[in-house]
Amino acid sequence: MRSIIENVTCTFCGCLCDDIIVEVEDSKIVRVRRVCTNGRGIFVNHDPTLRKPTVDGREVDWKEAAAETAKILSRADSPLIYGLSSTAVEAQRKAVELADRIGAIIDTTSSVCHGPSGLAMQAVGEATCTLGEVRNRADLLLFWGCNPLVSHLRHFSRYSLMPKGTLFPNGRRDRTVFVIDVRRTASAKSADHFIQVKIDSDFEVLTSLRAMVQGKEIEAETVGGVPKARLQEMAELMKTCRYGVVFFGMGLTMTRAREYNVEELFRLVTELNEYTRFSVIPMRGHGNVAGADQVLTWQSGYPFAVSFARGYPQYGPGEFSAVDLLARGEVDAALILASDPVAHFPRTASRYLERIPTIIIDPMPNLTSQSAAVVFPTACYGVDAAGTSYRMDNVPIRLRPALFSKRPTDEEVLDQIIEEVK
Amino acid sequence: MLGIINGEVYDPLNGINAQTQDIWVKEGRIVPPEVVDRERAEIIDAAGLVVMPGGVDIHSHIVGAKVNAGRKFRPEDHRHNVRKRTDLTRSGTGYTVPTTHLLGYRYAEMGYTTVMEAATAPLVARHTHEELEDTPILDKGVFITMGNNHFIMECIRDGELEKARDYVSWLLGASKGYAIKIVNPGGVENWKWGRNVSELNDEIIGFGITPRQIVTALARINKELKLPHMPHLHGINLGRSFSARTTVETIASLEGQPVHLCHLQFFSYGKQKGRLHRSAAAELARAINENPNVTVDVGQIIFGEATTMTSDGPLQHRLHLETGNKWLNKDIENETGGGIVPVLYKRNNPINAVMWRTGLELFLLIDNPWQVFLTTDHPNGGPFFCYPQVIKLLMDRDYRAEMFKGINRQGRKGALLPELDRVYSLYEIAIITRAGTARALGLKNKGHLGAGADADIAIYENLDDREKMFARPRYVLKDGVVVARDGRIVCERPGRTLYVAPPYDPKIEREIRAHFQKSYTVSFDNYPISGDQIHRGEMVPADRNHV
Repeated sequence: MRSIIENVTCTFCGCLCDDIIVEVEDSKIVRVRRVCTNGRGIFVNHDPTLRKPTVDGREVDWKEAAAETAKILSRADSPLIYGLSSTAVEAQRKAVELADRIGAIIDTTSSVCHGPSGLAMQAVGEATCTLGEVRNRADLLLFWGCNPLVSHLRHFSRYSLMPKGTLFPNGRRDRTVFVIDVRRTASAKSADHFIQVKIDSDFEVLTSLRAMVQGKEIEAETVGGVPKARLQEMAELMKTCRYGVVFFGMGLTMTRAREYNVEELFRLVTELNEYTRFSVIPMRGHGNVAGADQVLTWQSGYPFAVSFARGYPQYGPGEFSAVDLLARGEVDAALILASDPVAHFPRTASRYLERIPTIIIDPMPNLTSQSAAVVFPTACYGVDAAGTSYRMDNVPIRLRPALFSKRPTDEEVLDQIIEEVK
Repeated sequence: MLGIINGEVYDPLNGINAQTQDIWVKEGRIVPPEVVDRERAEIIDAAGLVVMPGGVDIHSHIVGAKVNAGRKFRPEDHRHNVRKRTDLTRSGTGYTVPTTHLLGYRYAEMGYTTVMEAATAPLVARHTHEELEDTPILDKGVFITMGNNHFIMECIRDGELEKARDYVSWLLGASKGYAIKIVNPGGVENWKWGRNVSELNDEIIGFGITPRQIVTALARINKELKLPHMPHLHGINLGRSFSARTTVETIASLEGQPVHLCHLQFFSYGKQKGRLHRSAAAELARAINENPNVTVDVGQIIFGEATTMTSDGPLQHRLHLETGNKWLNKDIENETGGGIVPVLYKRNNPINAVMWRTGLELFLLIDNPWQVFLTTDHPNGGPFFCYPQVIKLLMDRDYRAEMFKGINRQGRKGALLPELDRVYSLYEIAIITRAGTARALGLKNKGHLGAGADADIAIYENLDDREKMFARPRYVLKDGVVVARDGRIVCERPGRTLYVAPPYDPKIEREIRAHFQKSYTVSFDNYPISGDQIHRGEMVPADRNHV
């Protein structure tokens, strides 16, 4: 018998589209509608079979794997817990609790993506809004250092460019769209204006825009490769629109000047609110990376790079962020939750990670699980487990599973580990 | 089974004032003495000690999207305010915006056992409830912001109040909320156009209705739904020099219908020559003394660090421009918005000095303690764990006079405070911190020690220094279990989430679904929080006859 489950959420990216339709036959997903090509794999490649955890490649039962994990973590002087962004809030809460109990350092994928946006927010604040405000109000959109047509495929159609509303009877035609990037991206083709900035010059361009918005004169004829007149025109449009929104990505956070770029953008947006209304939204990548920031913050006070080694939370981006710790060899065991750092970290860091005892909790095998001492093949939140994820605008979405899981969830595994370390 | 014997009991809801009585507890509830087997009961000898119901906070920003943004925003607030984990308890950080576990511990250590989260947008209510799961010991409820809600404003525009009422019922159930919260009605919607409202008859852009219509409609709906609390109102013009006038007008517009005005201190200002506002506490106190349908909490400021956070978006932007401090803003689709600005209240700042004494003048000029409650609008006026300091200010005339001498001279000018000799008694303190708040909230099992009440109890040493007395109760019991002793947690247990789910005509769901398809970015079906997602929920019946 075929059953149809509606309003399923795709957990691939920070868009968390919650209108997916999944068709299930004999406990298998046979058809997925509305999902984009990025997210499709989560559903169609889903492996529902119950697999046993392994310790050093040997299949064991769940309790034994949890006991072995507890042994590794207890023996370590400085254990690291890392990942969190592709699992549900329920598991994230347990991960932070575990870190607190064993005095671990905990970090999320934020530290290699929008961590600098967090630092900028802490320094200068942030004027932001939910995606529905973008859809219902924004007549000026800017995409800076991000490429949604590749990374967030349904962003334009669901949230930003295309939707029609009371204020936008003609949808896309009622909005003005800028793409600002160092090269002409796929997304640039959808824009009314493409501004090409020289590599590593975003900060200068942003500073100049701030000056122009404040009515100050710029002497240079071009800034960061952009003619002054274009920037002047842009500043004017920003001041006179009714509701502007900037989306930004790794092009600002992970290029030279990182958090200083974002600070400058946040200041620009803040100052624009003296003339009109303006918001900024970080284009968050992983499905629940926003939730990881939230949970870590409500339990420790800080969004990422937190050490519990002294018995209380300490914040240290650069000091307690996973890449830096691994590259310097400052941890001696790692628990990876729903992430694949061996595949994504710089070579020194990933090589070191392969050498220390590692535990991984993840529905799918990946490069990290190949070298891990303990592997927990868990259920997949959003496909065969219920839970909550936070969208890029921090709106929580309840995940409605299409299948019943045979596997335990990340939360259940972490719970068992916490019992073992108590 | 447990007995608290020989204590000096303050239980205003049952008219008990300093009588020596024994309190008996069985299965988490207070019971009559005859059902207890005294031989087998655990006994706390409270001879010489003061026994009160556990504290009930009617207005505090403790959890949820806004509070958590405040935590993330302010690492400087946490760095020097840490607590280590123990075998019993979790670690935490934060002074004005503590982490969830630490917040639960600090409230319980101060003898408070029930706290209301003051403002949550329904779209992010799920976040609020997830943080509540991580907030130990306390029983909690959540106020749902509705004063700028598009669906409600459309109903008011179209004169369809019954439809609005069904929607409000649905929304409270869907967000597992406890009460209707109104924040700057219409002003937050106008802020999304870069504007605000400043009069009750100003127009709300795109809807053609007024703040007055929103307030009166929601007050009527609240009454018809028989909700346990009254509409919880943060009106228009917070902090402005004409706030007292518009607040008095708001009270008049309600024509005797019940309302709770929160953090009134911030609305108690009038114009005078120069830039400094004048305290209008006397005018407001008069209005409240004349209107028994009104209750208020004060929102007393505490000198030191604070984090202002409200759903009042335009106010927070103004504060940012005035202080130059960093600013967060969040506009929330179809519902509300909000902002955060850190502030430092200084004794020698004339504005802060006026704010400080205005709060105290309200406490002392409002005659009936059942109408005025202790809050700091945490963390807007200062952190909640400074309540004992406020109690000392109310109970100790010399301390108050001494503090008054220390504030800015300009801020002292024309002050009524030095002439106000009134001091609060312990009985009155019990009213403004538990009995009165529980009654205003319609919590029948809280705020008293009669049979059937939840056994949430605080036992204090009767010290002359009232600040010390209330900061570190000897014992704090939650559901009959000792959770804190001498200001330290001895037992961590989860509290409950209190919510209402009034009935509504299910036909309304079709219209709400259409509204979602037109205006929201989440599916209608994924929006409501089902009962089983609240792990320790307690539905409070909507059966209060507001008169």
